[in-house]
Amino acid sequence: MKILFVLLSSLFSLCVWAANAEVALVIRDHRFEPAEVRVPAGQKIKLVVHNQDTTPEEFESHELNREKLIAPGTKANIFIGPLKPGRYPFFGEFNEKTARGAVIAE
Amino acid sequence: MLGSAIIVFREALEAALIIGIIAAATRGMQARNFWLLTGISAGVVGSLIVASLTGQIAELAEGAGQELFNAGILGLAAAMLAWHNIWMARHGMQLARDAKQLGQDVTSGNREMSALAAVVALAILREGSETALFLYGLLTGGGETLATVLGGGAIGLFLGTLAGYGLYAGFVRIPTRMFFAATSGLILLLAAAMTSQAARFLVQADVLPSLATPLWDTSWLLDNASLAGRFLHTLAGYEAMPSGIQVVFYSATLILILAGMRVFRVRSPSTAIQ
Repeated sequence: MKILFVLLSSLFSLCVWAANAEVALVIRDHRFEPAEVRVPAGQKIKLVVHNQDTTPEEFESHELNREKLIAPGTKANIFIGPLKPGRYPFFGEFNEKTARGAVIAE
Repeated sequence: MLGSAIIVFREALEAALIIGIIAAATRGMQARNFWLLTGISAGVVGSLIVASLTGQIAELAEGAGQELFNAGILGLAAAMLAWHNIWMARHGMQLARDAKQLGQDVTSGNREMSALAAVVALAILREGSETALFLYGLLTGGGETLATVLGGGAIGLFLGTLAGYGLYAGFVRIPTRMFFAATSGLILLLAAAMTSQAARFLVQADVLPSLATPLWDTSWLLDNASLAGRFLHTLAGYEAMPSGIQVVFYSATLILILAGMRVFRVRSPSTAIQ
């Protein structure tokens, strides 16, 4: 396990896939702010999601094919794209009713 | 209460389906239940530890810790499933023809069972740590009481387990002649599903290129959010919108395991006569 970890980490540092754009999101009171973010299509995007709540959240999107747990008070990086133009909804799995948003690629 | 029931059901379903397949595939093996229970217990304990370390794990490897951790777990589980299938290709026929044969091969059987118990533990570790975090969030969020959270969780766990048991019960009805082909086929798909998911985590962490996002879109036909979509996602790695690299990992896993099963298949006459 540990060896695998080291191998994967070194692989990680070897690969320099520079992200073209960074977009910040905040989770507060089980909602995403802003609820909609516009990003350029055809580029890799780094979403930085800051969970300011005191409870964990799971960022999930079927359309973006992503899922990531975000511990309370921490920031999570999620790489997405390059996307075709369109609307890509995402939600917080632990608070699905309120935590909803979308990435709009254009 | 409904919220905790639904989420726990989703997570429990995934783990239970995997355990159902493994329980079916190891039918008739020495001390199977002991090993399965060991795997389940280790998974539950491990998931609590992982849940409590979520923040720390996430911070490893420059913020890619969670993805590398998940990819590592999935890769390890897939490797053990691959080994199982190759082992079965070697010993399966023997097992089917003469159950006593296995008695002479206890050491090998135990090693085999411990590998599958590890798969069970890893499956529970992944789903269980998410569930534990979710329930913890519900409790500390203050919206629900301990009784409703635990009550909902128990309902979800029960229904998820029932689905896993249903899969197992259906599988053990398959006639012996087709049983090994059926279980090893399903384990093959399960292993491919795991490496495909591992690839997705590595793309999410920007370790691997996605190659195409998505390669195709069949969400109009079967959405991953639907119950059938979840079933197929867990059992066979169905993705409505897979990235190109996931398809590469999926196919490579299928090819490698099938090749391994062919190479190691025992065809000596003495085995055939037994």
